[in-house]
Amino acid sequence: MGQLNENDLVKIKDGVSFIPGASALVGPLNRIINWGRAGSIWPVTFGLACCAIEMMVAGSSTNDLDRFGIIFRASPRQADCLILAGTITKKMAPVIRRVYDQMPEPRYVLAMGSCACSGGLFDTYAVVQGGDNFLPVDVYIPGCPPRPEALIEGLITLQKKINQEQGRWSQLV
Amino acid sequence: MESTGIIPRLEVSYPDDVLHSYQYCGQDVVLTRKKHILDICSFIRDQCAMNHLMFLCAVDNSRRKEAIGKNEYERFEVVYQFYSMTTKHSIRIRAQVPDDDCSIESITSLWPGADCLERECFDLMGIHFSSHPDLRRILMPEDWKGHPLRKEYPLRGIGEWAGYETLKEKSLELRTFDYRSSQKGNE
Amino acid sequence: MSRKISFNCPVQAGDEDRYRIQMGPQHPATHGVLRVDLDLDGEIIRKCNPHVGYLHRGFEKLAEHRTYVQNLVLTDRLDYMAAMANNVGYCEAVEKLLAIEVPQRSRYLRTMVCEMARLASHLLWLATHALDIGAMTVFLYCFREREELLEIFAELCGSRLTNTYTRLGGVRQDVTHSIMMKLEKFVDSFPSNLEEYETLIDTNRIWLKRTIDVGTVGADEAVGLCLTGASLRGSGVDYDIRKHFPYAAYDFMDFEVPLGETGDTYARYRCRIEEMLQSNSILRQCIERMPPGPIIGDDAPDLIMPNKPGRKVEVDVPAQQSLIKLVEDRETFMEGDVYVATEVPKGELGFYFVSDGNGTPYRMHIRSPSFLHISALKTMAKGSMLADLIAIIGTLDVVLGECDR
Repeated sequence: MGQLNENDLVKIKDGVSFIPGASALVGPLNRIINWGRAGSIWPVTFGLACCAIEMMVAGSSTNDLDRFGIIFRASPRQADCLILAGTITKKMAPVIRRVYDQMPEPRYVLAMGSCACSGGLFDTYAVVQGGDNFLPVDVYIPGCPPRPEALIEGLITLQKKINQEQGRWSQLV
Repeated sequence: MESTGIIPRLEVSYPDDVLHSYQYCGQDVVLTRKKHILDICSFIRDQCAMNHLMFLCAVDNSRRKEAIGKNEYERFEVVYQFYSMTTKHSIRIRAQVPDDDCSIESITSLWPGADCLERECFDLMGIHFSSHPDLRRILMPEDWKGHPLRKEYPLRGIGEWAGYETLKEKSLELRTFDYRSSQKGNE
Repeated sequence: MSRKISFNCPVQAGDEDRYRIQMGPQHPATHGVLRVDLDLDGEIIRKCNPHVGYLHRGFEKLAEHRTYVQNLVLTDRLDYMAAMANNVGYCEAVEKLLAIEVPQRSRYLRTMVCEMARLASHLLWLATHALDIGAMTVFLYCFREREELLEIFAELCGSRLTNTYTRLGGVRQDVTHSIMMKLEKFVDSFPSNLEEYETLIDTNRIWLKRTIDVGTVGADEAVGLCLTGASLRGSGVDYDIRKHFPYAAYDFMDFEVPLGETGDTYARYRCRIEEMLQSNSILRQCIERMPPGPIIGDDAPDLIMPNKPGRKVEVDVPAQQSLIKLVEDRETFMEGDVYVATEVPKGELGFYFVSDGNGTPYRMHIRSPSFLHISALKTMAKGSMLADLIAIIGTLDVVLGECDR
């Protein structure tokens, strides 16, 4: 066995490299886990209102979210990302929180559209003025509704955020 | 739209109930008392072949200019619009409902589809429909206070719904949750 | 040793097969946030109780606090799959109330966008309905065509879903040559695309088994349940607002109203497919017969946004103030009430206005087809299998934004 040279490694991204022929990754564990996690965000299929239609378009063949490793899961237990796609009403808020509580850690929340960010144009008795009133929102996507490209931009922003995380993979750290 | 001739027939059949009738934008409208509304509706359905209930809604007349200071108007009114798919005639009935006796007979026996429309009127305007099979709130949560579409109800609501308050408290409480300290007791 | 299992709900003897299942609000096949409480006997639905209101945003209350022009943006968020049709419906109603004349060209433009919206909505319906029943490919095919339509919308008014294209007294923008070219290309290719979907599912054995004799409604029952649109026409009732109360330029269009016979899910599916072909033919007629002329009427209420082409806007007046002033200045605001219905893809969308003589509606009631369709679910699902409930929800073509308002 020869010595492993720096030049033999195939760089996947900053800090994560791949040894050709050995099916092994080299890098700090933090980075490798973040890399894997960012490349496989699984959101819950959970549409609330208008934005859900654009979310569906983002998942269909024109924009194809699958190429980012983003696959919609119907069960919150298998998902790690909640996209708040639409207006959050007060009647719906406890349900959303429950779906969020059912998701395993680490989990992320995207507020898609003005309604989920701030209540949008519905400043009425029935509407929650922004999802961050009861959920920790990671990424805000403005627009009414945002184009599918904007949603993809938001998911890429989330990937960047995941890549910067430190030690969110073990209770020992 | 030409006159349908239904208004005179209604006036003859229910002289005590019909208060006033008019045409606006070519649409026939009849103001009635609420007492015999079920009879009037079944008359319209069976005698005038109006088989389609276009909509049913409630209006709060308390700040309506045309209603202030007039005897025939009451605090609320329930509006029915009927349409005949065969003769292509339509008619609107405005049944007056007073504030102190806020109830009217349900027409679900004639149109099963009126079920949810009446529940909506009950939910948003607080009008009781007697003999309705299942009169509950439909759009707002069961324990919501007040009827949002009444004129005195402010746009942003009165107070906060208890369910949402609990949710906010719970989310604040969970914000400080620490996994490691919660595990210490189990070791 | 047998272990005793305790259930939360007491089970009586002979009732072991009875279940109570709550489906939704988070369920991929409920098209949003519909919740259905089911009482099951094995797999057969004994009682079905739909719960709505999870998307109730207070449209009707909000509308009372805004002017007629401001309310236009709310209508986009009603049936967000066919926002254009809602815009047209709203404008037709307010124009009737205020007696505003609409120029011929903009009536044709409205008809055109209405039919495009109908196609977009029906395509989405077909995509999700097929996806729910298990045909994944149709979803991908339908979104391909739908994207073309949405891109035309985006070019026409800058937005894909929430268009706000129409204005009181006309429309916002005139069509350009490139839009017409794109639309023509779409219209030419659409019938052959529709055939593709039909080859996929029309005689597919699974599709037939899942749709024929599922959710059957008789003609009289459907009228009693206040069903409208294709859900009603599937039962053979000839009721289309475009024929009964012609609006926009439907008077001048040649089209048929497809009717079903059996009133089951398959009949409604066929109805909507035929309707798409009719819409396509209406689109072609619009392209061919589009008359020249202005796109917004002279007596349309002029507002800061948008300015009428060729008219100066006073910039020094603060927007909000002048908005109110312009609306208040109009003498045509009368006291009275008016109900105007239009045929949106889902069924009969009606606006009931009570006007009090000032710039805001005293009361605006929206007669939404989805709300009535969901209440019909109670009757339609009774006695059917649990798996068929998905097909019935799909065939009613409900959208919760419009249902809950």
